[in-house]
Amino acid sequence: MATRVVEHNYSNIESMTLNMGPQHPSTHGVLRVILELDGETVTKCTPVLGYLHRAKEKHAEFKTYHQFIPYTDRMDYLSPMSNNTAFVMTVEKALEIEVTDRCRYLRTLLCELARMSAHLLAVGTGALELGAMTVFMWGFTQREKIYDIFEFISGARFTVSYMRAGGVAREDYPEWRRRVREFLDGYMNTQEEMEAMLNENEIFLQRMIGIGKITGQDALNFGLTGPSLRGSGIDWDIRRDTPYLAYEEADWEVAYETEGDCYARFLVRMREMRESWRICCQMLDKLEKHSHERMNIDNPKVIFPPKDNVKKSMEDLIHHFLLASEGFKVPSGEVYHSIEAPKGELGFHLIADGGPKAYRLGVRSPSFVNLGALEHMCVGELLADVVAIIASLDPVMGEVDR
Amino acid sequence: MAVDLEKLEQLLTNKLREKFGDAIRDVSEYRGELSVDVDREVVLDVCRMLKDDPDFQFDHLSYVSCADWSAQGKTPRYTVYWDLYSVPRTHRVRVRAAVPEEDPTVSSVTSIWRSANFMEREAFDMFGVIFQGHPDLRRILMPDDWEGHPLRKDFPLGGVKSFYFKRATDPGAGEPPDLIPRIRRQESDI
Amino acid sequence: MDIVIDAPGKAEDKAGAGVLTLQSPENALTKTLSEAISYCRRNSIWPVMMGLSCCAIEMMGTAASRFDLSRFGSEVFRPSPRQADLMIVAGTVTKKMAPVVQRIYDQMTEPKWVIAMGACSSCGGMYNVYSVLQGVDEVVPVDMYVPGCPPRPEALIYSIMQLQKKIRQEPIYLFN
Repeated sequence: MATRVVEHNYSNIESMTLNMGPQHPSTHGVLRVILELDGETVTKCTPVLGYLHRAKEKHAEFKTYHQFIPYTDRMDYLSPMSNNTAFVMTVEKALEIEVTDRCRYLRTLLCELARMSAHLLAVGTGALELGAMTVFMWGFTQREKIYDIFEFISGARFTVSYMRAGGVAREDYPEWRRRVREFLDGYMNTQEEMEAMLNENEIFLQRMIGIGKITGQDALNFGLTGPSLRGSGIDWDIRRDTPYLAYEEADWEVAYETEGDCYARFLVRMREMRESWRICCQMLDKLEKHSHERMNIDNPKVIFPPKDNVKKSMEDLIHHFLLASEGFKVPSGEVYHSIEAPKGELGFHLIADGGPKAYRLGVRSPSFVNLGALEHMCVGELLADVVAIIASLDPVMGEVDR
Repeated sequence: MAVDLEKLEQLLTNKLREKFGDAIRDVSEYRGELSVDVDREVVLDVCRMLKDDPDFQFDHLSYVSCADWSAQGKTPRYTVYWDLYSVPRTHRVRVRAAVPEEDPTVSSVTSIWRSANFMEREAFDMFGVIFQGHPDLRRILMPDDWEGHPLRKDFPLGGVKSFYFKRATDPGAGEPPDLIPRIRRQESDI
Repeated sequence: MDIVIDAPGKAEDKAGAGVLTLQSPENALTKTLSEAISYCRRNSIWPVMMGLSCCAIEMMGTAASRFDLSRFGSEVFRPSPRQADLMIVAGTVTKKMAPVVQRIYDQMTEPKWVIAMGACSSCGGMYNVYSVLQGVDEVVPVDMYVPGCPPRPEALIYSIMQLQKKIRQEPIYLFN
């Protein structure tokens, strides 16, 4: 655990308590950490949460399933597409709905684009906090392109509210696919530049290697998921082990490292972006092939009819009205579904009571559980390394406090 | 890696019933997920067995939370549930225990999975269920001096009153803070 | 080029107490000192880092490569409130966070301005719940409200331009 403990005798000096946050540039929002220091070595580290508690779980009990989709956007606000997908897949599981092939490919493509966008920010801000500004700017250039792609298909830059139970809000179209292709063609250039910038950067390496070590067993016991777990040598990815969407049909590999330090977690993120790019390219090809097929399922009780039909057909008008005013009903029961979000295992625990609103919706958010390991990783490290450790865990406070 | 649900259900029923007898209320399947209903007294032992038994190996605790059944008038009032996952065997199970309103206590599983630490604190904060044996059971999301448990069904969405932050117009809040002395001073100067 | 500041003291000169003259061999620029200070103020608004939630990402996007807030003199995001003029409250202010926001506002040096960015900090937005403050104007005085959930970077830039117009109209008192 303690890799760089400075050996001093401070027995005659009282320890110092230092408050970090909630308004601090390197805590990714409103995280507050209370540190106890012995000289410059951290002896105790207590995260204080709840500065962004927006009561999403309480909201879910008062909104219909459709109305709750925008709230999932604002949980992990770096990858709303993943959150949307996780939520609607939970509802689909409770409704026993299978979505169409074309919809699966589109969802996979969008989830992976969201992962790239989230990791670009994670790597960029992580480097920014250690003093490297350029990567952040390069990352944001690519993120803006991804935002444009999201905007062209959903109408919003990142609070997309795009997924629906049984399908998606709007279909993709040839011009949009052309734009995605254009982005994917140009992306790898930036990825290689970023890797050249950081992987051999002496200052960056010294701040990352050997910092915040956690063994694989400890990481599993602390409930770490996602890149933070895979940095410790545990080869577990929900996309591969309990496959959902179209990940089984794609050719890709799980990225993992064995060191368990900040640099390993950073490398996992970099390699995951490459894998995401590979999945995106394959999904785009499949999407082109299936572009003539049906997108949403044929079940007017659940999914909104096309807007054109609402103006022409009485039946569709009634369905639209019922869905908008009352919502669809989910049979009584308890389901849990989790997906591999950019930060880790994002799960929704839905207890339905047969009505149009959830009786109880629990959210298993990866950032929240990952922060539980912060104390274990910080104790014994130097004060300046706490910043690097928080950056390598990459918490998003909207998801931590919900 | 498809999991044989029926086989797992058989295994769970046989092994748990053999050890705990009637304390295992039910093993049920819904939408491809297994749930084990147990008495709250044996939760800790059941969880330890599920983690250590080579047939189960539930080494990852996904989620701990609670549900309040008072809106449906059911007794006992609370259900605490643990979603478990096994990384080597890729199967899932849910352990559920009913907790009555009069004595809302259940044993903590932090000694088995340390990830339970934050999630149990959250469940305590939101529902007021006390996890016995938890090393540091404090509020986590709400302020320490908050009254009430927000996710209980009798807690309204908008809150009961402004507990924590008093507006300047609230009775008893005292004089409103002088936030804009600059502008006022200038007006008087003119 | 040298700068000459006339002594103040004219009874009728309430707004600008002095005249700033920039002299060079070729041309001369004469402005009242208050106008010159106002010009400097409105074109170097340094915001304090007050990214609370989702809007913070759009605020970062505004400062980053594509929208480039530095064109308007506001790219220097200061983590310390004592070096900042403007607080962009970007995101949901919860009741737990509200005293912190107020404290940070109090720590900022005069003159200072506040932009409430997004629906949440303007009026509570989609979170009308027990834990969320219904608008940051309950704790700090707000100069500009930016609608949107989150507002686009263009909207934030427009609000900063509007704030610059507002600062231009504010009188400046040098000696009081």
